[in-house]
Amino acid sequence: MSSVSDWEATSNPVKENRAGNIGKAVDRYEGPLKVTGTAPYAYEVEPPSPPAYGVLLSASIAHGRISNVDTAAAEASPGVHLVWTYKNVPAQGPRPARYDFFTPSPRPALESERVHFFGQQVAIVVADTLENAQAAAALVKLSFETEPQSVIFHDHFDEAVQPPGESDTEIGDFEAAFAAAPVKIDDNWRTPLQNHCQMEPCATTAWWEGEQLTVHTSVQMVRFAQSSLAETLMIPHKSVRLLTRYVGGGFGGKGSFYEDLVLASLAARELGRPVKVAFSRQQMMHGTVHRPATEVRVRLGATAEGKLTAMSLMTTTHCDRRGNFTEHASNFARSLYAAPNRLTGHQLVRLDLPVASAMRAPGEASGTLSLEVAMDELAEKLGMDPVELRILNEPPTDPETGKPFSIRQLVRCMREGAQLFGWDRRNPKPGQVRQGRWLIGFGMAAAIRGNFLLPAKCSFTVDAEGVITVKQGMTDIGTGTYTVLAQIAAETLGVPLGDVRVEIGDSELPPAPGSGGQFGAATAGSAALDAGMNLRKAIAEIAVADLASPLFGGPSEDITFQDGVIAISNRSERLSDLIRRNRPEGLTAEGEIRPAADAGKWSSHTYGAHYVEVAVDTVTGEVRTRRMLGVFAAGRILNWKTARSQLTGGMIWGVGSALTEGNSVDPHYGSLINQDLAGYLVPVQADIGEIEAIMLDEVDDKANPMGIKGVGELGISGAGAAVANAIYNACGARVRDYPITPDKLLAALEAL
Amino acid sequence: MRPFTFERATSTQAAVKSAAEIPNSKFIAGGTNLLDLMKLEIEHPAHLIDVGRLPLAGIEDTSEGGLRIGAMATNSHVAAHAQVRSRYPVLTQAIVAGGSGQLRNKATTGGNLMQRTRCVYFYDSTKPCNKRQPGSGCGALEGLNRNSAIFGASHACIATHPSDMAIALAALDAKVETLSPSGQVRSFAATELHRLPGETPDIETHLIPGELITAVVLPPPPKGGQVYRKVRDRASYAAGLASVAIAGGNVALGCVAHKPWRAEKAEAALASGSSSAEAIAAELSEASNNGRNRFKIDLIARLVPVAIAQANGSQI
Ligand SMILES: Cc1cc2nc3c(=O)[nH]c(=O)nc-3n(C[C@H](O)[C@H](O)[C@H](O)COP(=O)(O)OP(=O)(O)OC[C@H]3O[C@@H](n4cnc5c(N)ncnc54)[C@H](O)[C@@H]3O)c2cc1C
Ligand code: SF4
Repeated sequence: MSSVSDWEATSNPVKENRAGNIGKAVDRYEGPLKVTGTAPYAYEVEPPSPPAYGVLLSASIAHGRISNVDTAAAEASPGVHLVWTYKNVPAQGPRPARYDFFTPSPRPALESERVHFFGQQVAIVVADTLENAQAAAALVKLSFETEPQSVIFHDHFDEAVQPPGESDTEIGDFEAAFAAAPVKIDDNWRTPLQNHCQMEPCATTAWWEGEQLTVHTSVQMVRFAQSSLAETLMIPHKSVRLLTRYVGGGFGGKGSFYEDLVLASLAARELGRPVKVAFSRQQMMHGTVHRPATEVRVRLGATAEGKLTAMSLMTTTHCDRRGNFTEHASNFARSLYAAPNRLTGHQLVRLDLPVASAMRAPGEASGTLSLEVAMDELAEKLGMDPVELRILNEPPTDPETGKPFSIRQLVRCMREGAQLFGWDRRNPKPGQVRQGRWLIGFGMAAAIRGNFLLPAKCSFTVDAEGVITVKQGMTDIGTGTYTVLAQIAAETLGVPLGDVRVEIGDSELPPAPGSGGQFGAATAGSAALDAGMNLRKAIAEIAVADLASPLFGGPSEDITFQDGVIAISNRSERLSDLIRRNRPEGLTAEGEIRPAADAGKWSSHTYGAHYVEVAVDTVTGEVRTRRMLGVFAAGRILNWKTARSQLTGGMIWGVGSALTEGNSVDPHYGSLINQDLAGYLVPVQADIGEIEAIMLDEVDDKANPMGIKGVGELGISGAGAAVANAIYNACGARVRDYPITPDKLLAALEAL
Repeated sequence: MRPFTFERATSTQAAVKSAAEIPNSKFIAGGTNLLDLMKLEIEHPAHLIDVGRLPLAGIEDTSEGGLRIGAMATNSHVAAHAQVRSRYPVLTQAIVAGGSGQLRNKATTGGNLMQRTRCVYFYDSTKPCNKRQPGSGCGALEGLNRNSAIFGASHACIATHPSDMAIALAALDAKVETLSPSGQVRSFAATELHRLPGETPDIETHLIPGELITAVVLPPPPKGGQVYRKVRDRASYAAGLASVAIAGGNVALGCVAHKPWRAEKAEAALASGSSSAEAIAAELSEASNNGRNRFKIDLIARLVPVAIAQANGSQI
């Protein structure tokens, strides 16, 4: 097993970056296909023969059972092939007691008469056309018997329990230190339930050839979905080939998979013809997963000079009755600021709601909306600048574990951000800067998000044209995976970018965990680097052993790879010539990455600082962001363009969390109130003024062999808090119940 | 979506004739509202009469010095029209405050007036809704109804009319022209088009079945400034929380009732010399709230005086 010191000590082509592919603003590999509408997403994939179309029906109660099913009219409807409910759906593997993210297990569809949440899928109609399936679906008669439901989070705090296997973490004596602190903050912040709102809904096209199933679907984790599907269908893993080549957004919501995949597969088997099934937008809201609401109590105690003596984040959150997902909104605080006395933990309320799960930066996205505002409040109480307060409490080592940081440039992010943004122009007294109808305010917040590395494999093939093909069971959910893999391949093998092909999103390819937790680029990329290094070795061995090669005789370790040419000083030939002579059918090498045995010795995170200028209309309570600047330290950046896009995208999500995004649960029906994108408001172009993300020059040699880290989730962490702090600076009102909509801000303004 | 038949009307007469003869038929213009509702099976017409290509897209001067806007003129076309921009800026401002550019390019003047509420319970067919299914009850009444009416609501329905354009038309004293299946041409005040919900929220307008809106007629603009202000959760592409159109001494409110709301009490108070704050307070003395939409009363009280000042040339 490798160790961190090996990574630090060993150079490699990505680190050396001789051709300059790494870090460059390379356009998306699959960009032209996407913008011309020719990238086939799962529902658009053409099956080998004409498909049938499935339409799902969803439960209209939150808790109870299906008491009656009448499918006669639907079955008799034109073009209908089958109608399934729990009564007649084919047998599937049993649901395990609990799901987790990484262990494949069956996910049976239309499992029983039980209804666990509003919008649970309860029937499917498959017909020869989508229109016929929809018309027939309207004829399915389902009756429900309701049972008492618990759906309103705040009404059930008394039922909160500690998540299984967890305990609060306490260092020192928090309560005593807090009680003794001369300056204190003690407040509660609320974040709402949020939906991922991916542009592409969940969708599957499935067909069988004999015992062999092929599915094109939209998921983040290829192997997990493929194995779980096989177990659901009770067939060998190798009988399922799962492809997910283009994914129109995941954000955690496609970390697992849903009834579209299971029922399309089952129906295709039953009918002996391909079947397509997609979720509607309304079904996406209830029938997938969501980020659960949180209430976070933050307590900070500080000396009069601003040194934190006590810090606590206690989160209460919710999940579905059968789940155990916890929105760990307190966790990030364990590594952020120094304070000798600390207490953090989580409480979970189980409700009759749809399934709670991960959404972009689970934990940090919600938690920073409280702590980073509490720090702003503390700075004001102390009469300190919020940046200086944070710097004063910068820990030398991880404040909870005492581990050294792999690298931590948070202070640099804050300082450079302050300078670039013009933070010195901020008037610390709120409500002072007016421009016409608007009051202007500045706010800032720190960003932190964990760094992860998982095991993955990859293969590289070079063909007789000198073209490198990267193969990996990885996904690109819009993040740029295709592109960064191509860049790593080009740099490693010294070929032009145009001579690299990337094949991902296929369970037949060497497995990678997929996209999630901002571990994608580091994990998939490190395996790719290893495959590239192994291919270099294999090429070198062939070259020095080939009498016809000018490189014959070696030394093989001196071979350079550049512009499609391999050379030992002035002896050279084209890579394609060598391969054509020796391996006309192509030469393949495999590679892999495993977390280093000693990786746990360091505290490893990505960091950043957000600066925001907002305008508040004090007559209407409307808030508009005018300027946002994020400065980030996230290891070596593979692609300036796709990384920046991830970071600014995250920052925009932060604006959404602060100002518009959220779903509420209807107290009577247990359904979510916003069921489409006209009601669930994510920011639009007009909501975002100037936006810039700066990436510091950084290498985290302890993170992985390339020294890179993730950026997909860093941008959202802290961004919303900076917006909230800017609102306060603009108008003097604090709203601690997100999103800060005009009605809430008006109430806060009137209370001033 | 349920199966339906479709015809493209060749003349206004033919359109109203079909509408009268074919049961459960509906006009379709831009389709931006009706198609959504059909896909969600909230509306299920058996027959669609496409009126989108009727020669009703023109905008012309009237002999009275006003403007006649054909029912098929798109929202984008109307908003960009030179006369509208210079003489009826409140109308341009209201239209561009609605939807997105793509929607406004398709949406028509007639269709915009006839668009249905954005009440989320109306949109969710698993919920009772007297508007969607008369007699089933009102899911919003006890629900999350932040965006419900503060004027003229009934126990049967608390929904609001979502059109921005219609608020400006109400303030401009616009008239609506129609053609009925019997061939009768009618002209009435735009504020008379929509009804309050009463016991029958499913009946939203005073049009008779099969009656086609052919035009909206603007009288010469009233003396005084004009402005449209819309308050919304996000900067664009969002339904309003409250809106106000000012045209001279006329004040119309949006997002507050089942119809565009002419604030007649406020207008009378203004005419008799009250301050704008007093005037809007007089109007709001009749407002009711259910707790969740209470903020609209405060919001209107704050918004209207600023809008009036803005219409009068204040820089705010
Ligand atoms: C996401 C979204 C956001 C929106 N946001 C806003 C907003 O912020 N503000 C706003 O004001 N609007 C908004 N709208 C609504 C939009 O303005 C309307 O959908 C549009 O104006 C309807 O016009 P249309 O021509 O497409 O009507 P259609 O959809 O074709 O028809 C709508 C109705 O009008 C009837 N109809 C059409 N023409 C006539 C006629 N000549 N005579 C009689 N009946 C007729 C039809 O039978 C149908 O019942 C939004 C719509 C969407 C989808
Ligand atoms: S308010 Fe009106 S539209 Fe909304 S649910 Fe009630 S009856 Fe239906």
